[in-house]
Amino acid sequence: MTNKITLNMITCRTIQQGVGMEAGKTSQKYFDACTIMHMHPDDMKKLGVWKNTNVRVTSSVGSVIVKAVETREDLVPGLAHIPMGPWANRIVPGYTFSTGEPCFKGFPVDVEIAANERIMGAIEVIQDACGLIRK
Amino acid sequence: MPKEVTDVICPFCGTLCDDLIVTVSDDNKTILGVKNACAIGAEKFNHQRMPGRVKRPRMRQADGSYKEITYDEAIDWTAKMLVKSRKTLMYGWASTSCQAMSIGHDIAEKVGAIVDNCATVCHGSSLIAIEDVGVPSCTLGEVKNRADRVIFWGCNPAHAHPRHMSRYSIFPRGFFTVKGHKGRKIYCVDCRYTDTAKCADEFIQIQQGFDYELLDALRTAARGEALPDTVGGVPKEKIYEIAEDLKNARFGVIFFGMGLTHTMGRNHNIDIAINLTRDLNDYTKFAIMAMRGHWNVTGSGQVLGWQYGFPYAVDLSRRDQARHQTGETTSVDLLNRNEVEACFYIATDPGAHFPVNAMISSSRKPTVTVDPHINCTTEISDIHIPVALVGVEVGGCAYRMDNVPIETRKVVDPPEGVLTDEELLTKINQRVDELLAQGGA
Repeated sequence: MTNKITLNMITCRTIQQGVGMEAGKTSQKYFDACTIMHMHPDDMKKLGVWKNTNVRVTSSVGSVIVKAVETREDLVPGLAHIPMGPWANRIVPGYTFSTGEPCFKGFPVDVEIAANERIMGAIEVIQDACGLIRK
Repeated sequence: MPKEVTDVICPFCGTLCDDLIVTVSDDNKTILGVKNACAIGAEKFNHQRMPGRVKRPRMRQADGSYKEITYDEAIDWTAKMLVKSRKTLMYGWASTSCQAMSIGHDIAEKVGAIVDNCATVCHGSSLIAIEDVGVPSCTLGEVKNRADRVIFWGCNPAHAHPRHMSRYSIFPRGFFTVKGHKGRKIYCVDCRYTDTAKCADEFIQIQQGFDYELLDALRTAARGEALPDTVGGVPKEKIYEIAEDLKNARFGVIFFGMGLTHTMGRNHNIDIAINLTRDLNDYTKFAIMAMRGHWNVTGSGQVLGWQYGFPYAVDLSRRDQARHQTGETTSVDLLNRNEVEACFYIATDPGAHFPVNAMISSSRKPTVTVDPHINCTTEISDIHIPVALVGVEVGGCAYRMDNVPIETRKVVDPPEGVLTDEELLTKINQRVDELLAQGGA
């Protein structure tokens, strides 16, 4: 049985994401900075995941594969963080409660281990969502 | 001989640092080095010389590949798209100059488009709250010279505005703040122990999403009224202590960021933060400021404000009147509801920063993206038009987060034949005029 946990997700800027973004959306720096999910060590134990293992994160609007890493800026258990970018936005609910702003912070996600799944590139992840990749 | 250009304005975040020194090759084409900039700002300049930059417009083919086209072809396609579409979303504007925005708004009026900027997914909630209750604010110079209590609420300048703390809010010595960091008390309120929190004298860890409650509790405590034992995970003794300390400030300032605007409550979180600031002004001088992120997004709000009366999400589809209604004329809602017929993106990357469903909707419409680089939006657009980098290859006016306009400087020449935003939009505007004179596309 696959282990699955539910976490509260926030998406924010990190300086690595900012540097990667300016280096280019197709750069390795951007990929490395944005395809990670910061998790609290307690949650990693609960899920049974090692550091730097790929996980599938699923919200009400979709799912994405990212790499689970241990938080550097301390999170409390139950809270997870993916830096802003096309990967995080694959799971951000678009509903704005009539304010114009989607819920980028504070939405529930399910996390499960997907060690053998591949993380898509920046262009691939958005083109895949929009059905623009010819198979 | 390489030469040094001094007092260069950084084109990355809303802090608009104005003390950069850029070394340029003697042919004025290549940037050799950048001094004083943060890691992100330096990367912005360094990116200018990276190989593989797109120098001519590209059009997507049926097989998904892109072919190079001329600027004239791209301008004609764009103008026809704008004239044909009954409702176009013209979104972005945050990384371009106020002059370019003004030309863009001229086009939007003629074709009946909706003009929206990055505030819509950023500080839009703050702007709603400011429209509702006003804002007691100040300039960053006043913060540097006067502030002895600084609160960072739901923002992380160590990552998003890396030089904000050293130039204005924590470390600098000012006229009345001669002791610098030692003379200031810094608070950080966040649900994470961020790198900004590590610089603060006091870190208040709040439960995610309980900002409204804690701000309300601070107002209650400032009035000396009763509180429950804990609010948002913070004990009441702490809340009384902070409220008392804030009242004893000589000059205090609250900086707030996405932690307030993106969580549940949105504009109400800002509303109550502004009201706390107003209450504290009964005892001392207090100000509040939004940590505007994307470079000239403040400028877009200013230009739209003085032209149409609304700072973002301005619907000009009725041509003779401007309308603004959050939830109705805001980009994400328009895309979610499939209400626009075409999309024109300039100087931003919604492909990377909008929720996926909005971009799926966008990708099914005729789309033109104007951006110096390949990004997540250009690769789902029909046309990508490259332009010169504003603030690096062309000057123009930009607004700092405290609404101070700053004229940016050109540092190097753009690649041969690449148009600036202003030149491109002027040409599109002319072509739109021609098409409208002929009775449409």
